[in-house]
Amino acid sequence: MSNAAIHVDSLGKRYRIGARARYHTMRDRLAHALATPSRWFGSNPTEASGAGPTHFWALRNVSFALEEGGVLGLIGRNGAGKTTLLKILSRVTQPTEGSAEIRGRVGSLLEVGTGFHPELTGRENTYLNGAILGMGKKEIERKFDDIVAFAEVADFIDTPLKHYSTGMQMRLAFAVAAHFEPQILLVDEVLAVGDLSFQKKCLAKMGEVAHGGRTIVFVTHQMNQIRRLCEKVIWMDGGTIRQAGPTAEVVGAYEAAMASGTASGNTDRGEKVRFLSWEIVDPPNESPHTLTVIGPVTVRFSLRVSQYICRVTHGITLYNMDRQLIWGWAKYNLQLEPGIHSFTYTFPMLPLRPGAYAWMVSLFEDGELLDMWDCLPEMNIATEDYQHQKDEWSGFLNIPSEFSIEDDCDRNVVQVRPASSGGMDD
Amino acid sequence: MGITQTQVAVAAKPLESSVVRIEARRRWLALDLGELWAYRDLVYFFVWRDIKVRYKQTVIGAAWAVLQPVLTMLVFSLFFGKLAKIPSQGLPYPIFYYSALLPWMYFATAMQGATNIVVENQRVITKIYFPRVVLPVASVLSGLLDFAISFGVLLALMAFYRIVPTRAVVWLPVFTLLALLTALGVGLWLSALNAIYRDVRYVVPFLVQFWMFASPVAYPSSLVPEKWRGVYGLNPMASVIEGFRWALTGHGQPPGILLAASSAAVIFLVFSGLVYYHAVEGTMADVV
Repeated sequence: MSNAAIHVDSLGKRYRIGARARYHTMRDRLAHALATPSRWFGSNPTEASGAGPTHFWALRNVSFALEEGGVLGLIGRNGAGKTTLLKILSRVTQPTEGSAEIRGRVGSLLEVGTGFHPELTGRENTYLNGAILGMGKKEIERKFDDIVAFAEVADFIDTPLKHYSTGMQMRLAFAVAAHFEPQILLVDEVLAVGDLSFQKKCLAKMGEVAHGGRTIVFVTHQMNQIRRLCEKVIWMDGGTIRQAGPTAEVVGAYEAAMASGTASGNTDRGEKVRFLSWEIVDPPNESPHTLTVIGPVTVRFSLRVSQYICRVTHGITLYNMDRQLIWGWAKYNLQLEPGIHSFTYTFPMLPLRPGAYAWMVSLFEDGELLDMWDCLPEMNIATEDYQHQKDEWSGFLNIPSEFSIEDDCDRNVVQVRPASSGGMDD
Repeated sequence: MGITQTQVAVAAKPLESSVVRIEARRRWLALDLGELWAYRDLVYFFVWRDIKVRYKQTVIGAAWAVLQPVLTMLVFSLFFGKLAKIPSQGLPYPIFYYSALLPWMYFATAMQGATNIVVENQRVITKIYFPRVVLPVASVLSGLLDFAISFGVLLALMAFYRIVPTRAVVWLPVFTLLALLTALGVGLWLSALNAIYRDVRYVVPFLVQFWMFASPVAYPSSLVPEKWRGVYGLNPMASVIEGFRWALTGHGQPPGILLAASSAAVIFLVFSGLVYYHAVEGTMADVV
């Protein structure tokens, strides 16, 4: 056990498939109860039966220890179990098997602004959010001014939150969390949103925290953040630890696997055809999955074809993180020879609001699915934000615009002018 | 506002130096009331949020707390009183009905609020840890403000009818507490069930309706045959309402047998509610 800050011992979590999406009805449960009366009173609906087809392990056999002051990064594709692990460590949900021991005051940041209420003012939400995070009233009072200063919302602190822009809400939320000062900080991918300059400020604050001897577990898809902040990294895949060790080593292996497409992906993967990887070819960037300009953009998807196929339909879609369809397109009647191919798209611009997005590419032959791939990693858009400050007036698109007021008499522009200056238009 | 620095320091200490052990199964019945105490500031903030938000963007605001029981009282006085001529223990109908509607409406609202509180806080529950029992407790407490406001109207009504409370009025807090605990007990059960089965929210309106007729809101409990009193008292709201009328006006009987049966029922309700809630708590975030 030693005196590790976090000690995890063969932790496992089993979920019922669809349990999050569809709640049970009393009828289902009663029918089930007749078969197994002893379990009706049970605490754990996910344990109604063994790991049959209706259950899956989101996390299995995960063990590690993190010494006090250590900074650990968790990486892996979506659904690899990173968030589940954080949820168990932060006690949001309990594990199905195994155990963990945590020494010290835990602060978890699975989402920024948890418990924010749109009707309440910034000040009221600061108190509420602080209390939910685990701060006492006095503690919040003491830190209140610092929080407001960090969030840069002093002028709006007594305005209801619903009038804040998303950016302002994010800033306030992060500011509260950053001032919680736990001994152990668990952070899920919360920095992917928000404007770039504030992201940097948050990272600086987190770096401060990291070097202040606090223990941190940190989930992100952004490898440069991981490289900057973490000493050790755990690569999660399919609910288990695929690799753990020093940052450079694990991140390197992960990126290599991502590029060659050997990371286990979604289940609808094809035999005849398989998408392997995707990247932003132009403009070239430190990370081939991050976009820092609006356009033009060239994106390339590579795929392996093992046998000749014809009458192929290729579909492509782009989703945002709320799984809303941003763009979809298809090309019909393709023929592909065996070999490695790449599909290249050039967009004059991708004017999307900053954040994470996911491509999905597919191939069908005569309407039959050959391969469908939720492209990994996600595309991170880190352009400047050209939107309205208020949330209700900002949308999906991030379009830069130039605005001017013309004062051109020749074009007979109707203008408001003092009555005394008449006589110029004849 | 009056929490002193030392208290907070005391509360912060066990959190800071503690070792938290996370396991698949927690001890059955490890009712962590100490933890609830450590999170009392959160209870306060949840109550405060609930009250703040409740009347935001309403035109007449807290006047709703008065209007609802007053209008219901008028309707009851007219139909059950003037038309159906239900005996009222010698009390004017408005007093007879209002003194019952006061605890009843508190109970009904608190119970319904507590039932929905877990589902309403789904986002918070799935994102952060705090003892989940904070939610129904806060929900039941926040109803007390409306209760206090509508209590003012009762005092005005009593002054109007020149009814002076007897010494029995000291029992009033006991009956209020009984109403609160009943709402909490039922709320614990229903909020945990509602998190898993959304059927519950369709059941609750009926439950409230039936429960009202099983309680002496619209009629005096003296209409219930003597031999059924004990059974009738298993409904804690029966004693609460009889108790309210008796404590305020001195009319009717002190609810002796009723109170004994009700107290037993409430203790059972709250205790079993806590046990069930605790059992569901660990995986609440997965199912809600």
